[in-house]
Amino acid sequence: MKDILNELEGRRSAARLGGGQKRIDSQHGRGKLTARERVELLLDAGSFEEFDMFVTHRCTEFGMENQKPAGDGVVTGWGTINGRMVYVFSQDFTVLGGSVSETHAKKICKIMDMAVENGAPVIGINDSGGARIQEGVDSLAGYGEVFQRNIQASGVVPQISVIMGPCAGGAVYSPAMTDFIFMVKDSSYMFVTGPDVVKTVTNEHVTAEELGGAGTHTKKSSVADAAFENDVEALAEVRRLVDFLPLNNRAKPPKRPFFDDPARIETSLDTLVPDNPNQPYDMKELILKIADEGDFYEIQEDFAKNIISGFIRLEGQTVGVVANQPMVLAGVLDIDSARKAARFVRFCDCFDIPILTMVDVPGFLPGTSQEYGGVIKHGAKLLFAYGEATVPKVTVITRKAYGGAYVVMASKHLRADFNYAWPTAEVAVMGAKGATEIIHRADLDDPKKIAQHTKDYEDRFANPFVASERGFIDEVIMPHSTRKRVARAFASLRNKQTQMPWKKHDNIPL
Amino acid sequence: MFKKILIANRGEIACRVIKTARKMGIATVAIYSDADRQALHVKLADEKVHIGPPPANQSYIVIDKVMQAIKDSGAEAVHPGYGFLSENAKFAEALEVAGVAFVGPPKGAIESMGDKITSKKIAQEANVSTVPGYMGLIEDADEAVKISTEIGYPVMIKASAGGGGKGMRIAWNDEEAREGFQSSKNEAASSFGDDRIFIEKFVTQPRHIEIQVLADSHGNCIYLGERECSIQRRNQKVVEEAPSPFLDEATRKAMGEQACALAKAVGYTSAGTVEFIVDGEKNFFFLEMNTRLQVEHPVTELITGVDLVEQMIRVANGEALSITQDDVKLNGWAIENRLYAEDPYRNFLPSIGRLTRYRPPEEVVAASHVVRNDTGVYEGGEISMYYDPMIAKLCTWAPTRGAAIEAMRVALDRFEVEGIGHNLPFLAAVMDHSKFVSGDMTTAFIAEEYPDGFEGVTLAGADLRKVAAACAAMHRVSEIRRTRVSGRMDNHERKVGQDWHVSLQGQAFAVKIDADPEGSTVTFEDQTALRVSGDWTPGDQLADMTVDGAPLVLKVGKVTAGFRVRTRGADLKVHVRSPRQAELAAKMPEKVPPDTSKMLLCPMPGLVVKVDVGVGDEVQEGQALCTIEAMKMENILRAERKGVVTKINAGAGDSLAVDEVIMEFE
Repeated sequence: MKDILNELEGRRSAARLGGGQKRIDSQHGRGKLTARERVELLLDAGSFEEFDMFVTHRCTEFGMENQKPAGDGVVTGWGTINGRMVYVFSQDFTVLGGSVSETHAKKICKIMDMAVENGAPVIGINDSGGARIQEGVDSLAGYGEVFQRNIQASGVVPQISVIMGPCAGGAVYSPAMTDFIFMVKDSSYMFVTGPDVVKTVTNEHVTAEELGGAGTHTKKSSVADAAFENDVEALAEVRRLVDFLPLNNRAKPPKRPFFDDPARIETSLDTLVPDNPNQPYDMKELILKIADEGDFYEIQEDFAKNIISGFIRLEGQTVGVVANQPMVLAGVLDIDSARKAARFVRFCDCFDIPILTMVDVPGFLPGTSQEYGGVIKHGAKLLFAYGEATVPKVTVITRKAYGGAYVVMASKHLRADFNYAWPTAEVAVMGAKGATEIIHRADLDDPKKIAQHTKDYEDRFANPFVASERGFIDEVIMPHSTRKRVARAFASLRNKQTQMPWKKHDNIPL
Repeated sequence: MFKKILIANRGEIACRVIKTARKMGIATVAIYSDADRQALHVKLADEKVHIGPPPANQSYIVIDKVMQAIKDSGAEAVHPGYGFLSENAKFAEALEVAGVAFVGPPKGAIESMGDKITSKKIAQEANVSTVPGYMGLIEDADEAVKISTEIGYPVMIKASAGGGGKGMRIAWNDEEAREGFQSSKNEAASSFGDDRIFIEKFVTQPRHIEIQVLADSHGNCIYLGERECSIQRRNQKVVEEAPSPFLDEATRKAMGEQACALAKAVGYTSAGTVEFIVDGEKNFFFLEMNTRLQVEHPVTELITGVDLVEQMIRVANGEALSITQDDVKLNGWAIENRLYAEDPYRNFLPSIGRLTRYRPPEEVVAASHVVRNDTGVYEGGEISMYYDPMIAKLCTWAPTRGAAIEAMRVALDRFEVEGIGHNLPFLAAVMDHSKFVSGDMTTAFIAEEYPDGFEGVTLAGADLRKVAAACAAMHRVSEIRRTRVSGRMDNHERKVGQDWHVSLQGQAFAVKIDADPEGSTVTFEDQTALRVSGDWTPGDQLADMTVDGAPLVLKVGKVTAGFRVRTRGADLKVHVRSPRQAELAAKMPEKVPPDTSKMLLCPMPGLVVKVDVGVGDEVQEGQALCTIEAMKMENILRAERKGVVTKINAGAGDSLAVDEVIMEFE
């Protein structure tokens, strides 16, 4: 018995050392933590329960039979984040470069299957050189198994990917199908083909950082949802995100004690919208002043800044926020902003997170680049996402709600539950000037008449009342009481139930 | 008494006057420009009259428009505040013609004190001490030496046409006077084409000390002590106090009596201020007289108990002063800090925009101390580019100077201003500066103590420990709340530990927290312990804590995985971690921020109108690089030095945030 215990201890120590002290030092030297250190930071202290510590690969090609490190390059198991269960896998770059083998993939699949069965999020920490080439198709099969599980888990449990090293080739498609991707600046990158191949094929000279670094993916490609300075910060922020998310699609979003009066009045909001309709203002101020304790977890902060998405809490409960940002491109909807918001809305709907929409939108961005880029179908994504969402939906129009964009932004017509408007709201087909130039084309040469027509149009439509008379706006509310009104609205919707007709699944214009 | 008074001003001073008028039962009329539609003074006044577009020269200082507003509103008197029309003799005259009382001095006094030469002449005639000097032209070096000896060294030799320090020499003896005369003359001839030279006494260790006078139309004139305003930045006063820590009773009396003599010599009525420059030996010399209410009048009010605005209104109403010189007793100490919308980290560049948060400290009137805040803005209001960047005057009073300074430190810590750049950190730094604390300052204080501008405050050891202890306690509270989230596994909850590691300002402290219902005892590695209490809850932006028995007020914000804490002028990122987290965090590489000296950063959020250069262009210092439109204003960004453009990151139509990199240079 004692021998067995000694062997167990010996095997455990060996497994914990991963690729050995030298490789651990080299990992640290690159500013990266080891797979186990990352798990430690991600989970509550002492809560990690490991699976498959002694799993080894079965490959005998190319001398692999002589290298059989315990664990096979990935640490898997479950633990808690602030007491709530999550499953985790963390690739170990010190073991065979974190390369994915058949068994490595199997370990990941095991915890993903358990996550789906037991209803807890999956958090994957990616730090892998890619497929284990020695294994050939077995390795690819492993990827495939993981992909299929990503798909099956999608919408069942939240899936979060944290890219903390290389993630290249086919490997990118597993994170790509998860709900959120976080990256670490300067030490992580993602691409389908690396700089060398790019150079050979297209003759483009590009660094790994430029091709697939955190900056590229948070600002240009929108593949990643946020980037952080280092591993420690990234993992702390993942913990913070998990605090917002439900464990699965049958659980309610989490609630936690809060220290902020839901009826808090913010008189400063009465002056948020400037007198001049063309002057921008910062929609984030409104979000922060509505949110419990001013706490806002922004998703895709650096991409398509003309729309804002992220999580807040109201009365301690998670609410997803989508808001036009007048500070950027006047808050216009375009391809990027529609895609960004659509994906966020669909995430919220999957996981029963109520959606608060703040509207100040002058319309869709015109131009050939938009039309050629397919703004019709991309814009339709957001429209579709809002329309199919059955979670509680509360909308506040602060200023412009023009044209088709008005309908898209969680209007009454898309079955929003509460549609509020500030007194500064203007619900109209377009701005008064544009409308006048169409309606009164005959008077275009007479600036005096046009001015009068414009004023008439403004008087008629540059207000929330016409829409209120139709019932498209439920009530005109004072800006200072927005937090209170919105919080009460969501409180009244806690037992909302809506059914969509049976279907296999919808056919959102992808 | 008047039934209705119009305040021909805006901002805090208009609000200040309205307050007293209301106390006296007088109705008030505010005037406002387009930019001030929503301003506080307009909200406070009983009536309001619109007087034109935002620029002051099209509204507040257009006499005809103000006169029309007076006529329309039926006001019987006008208080001009300071600035704008307050020292405009034509305005005083227009009021006289219209039969409306001017709450200020007679126009003759305004005129004679408004001119530097005339006022000096009148002062000399009234036996007021003026800076000795020779105003005539000086022929040669011998004469220069003779005159210098007569005046007494040190002397300043100045070019008559001089400016900007050119053609100016200081001489401490005959030798230097001879040399100085020659070199000044040469420099003046080459720089200005005018080699006329004059000599005056050079005042060493100069302090700016001024006397508040109050006179009625019945021949009474009293002085209400002095104010010291030596802490100035480019002649803009920043900190004032009363009394001065420098004056003795005899000097005060001499200055006060001379000030009254001058006031009488010009037939002065109402409140006025006689400014002196005082040297290290307490010799004082007349500078000028301000024929209006001064910005810094509250400190005098706080130590004398006299409401100067009320007195001005009564005097304007023809009443005799109800107080005599003997009634004026200086009680305790008062300090004023001017809060400017100027970013101290960007060389005090004016900052405009929306006040997303504006929470002044609570005003207090107690025997131990007084906190008074004269303000013209409110949360959600707009700081516009059209007017003075001063947004509030924070004053404290206490029986002693030390206590008044301490009250000010706490009041500054409690003052929450967000949305614009402001000088609160700088003011806090001054309040902790040893020279200010000891009262040993001159008008060169800011230039000498902050020669390279203001770069923030580094907290000293004991203060840093207090902040560390408070943050550890706050972090623990936050973490405990996090463990109370719904959906957790029963019986497998996260336990929040006692041991923490606080890193801030490049230092780290390992602490242990023992919490009880009243607070926490935070023990450091060296076994010293600090007791921390306070009712801070997560999300509070102001933490009013007691650490080690003393108040510690922190402004608390969020940074990634930590707190942003501001206190006593310091702006810190604080990370509180478990020992294991800290151990791993220590392995993280130090990221050096990119060298921005070779980049053009966007100084304000705005839209790129055009980029004037291309990659590879060589640019010269001062060359236009790019135009940014912000707040409807086009700002041309120019090259700070010669260089070659290597990369351009923005194009016309892009909208940029502050500090976004527009282009990079070789």
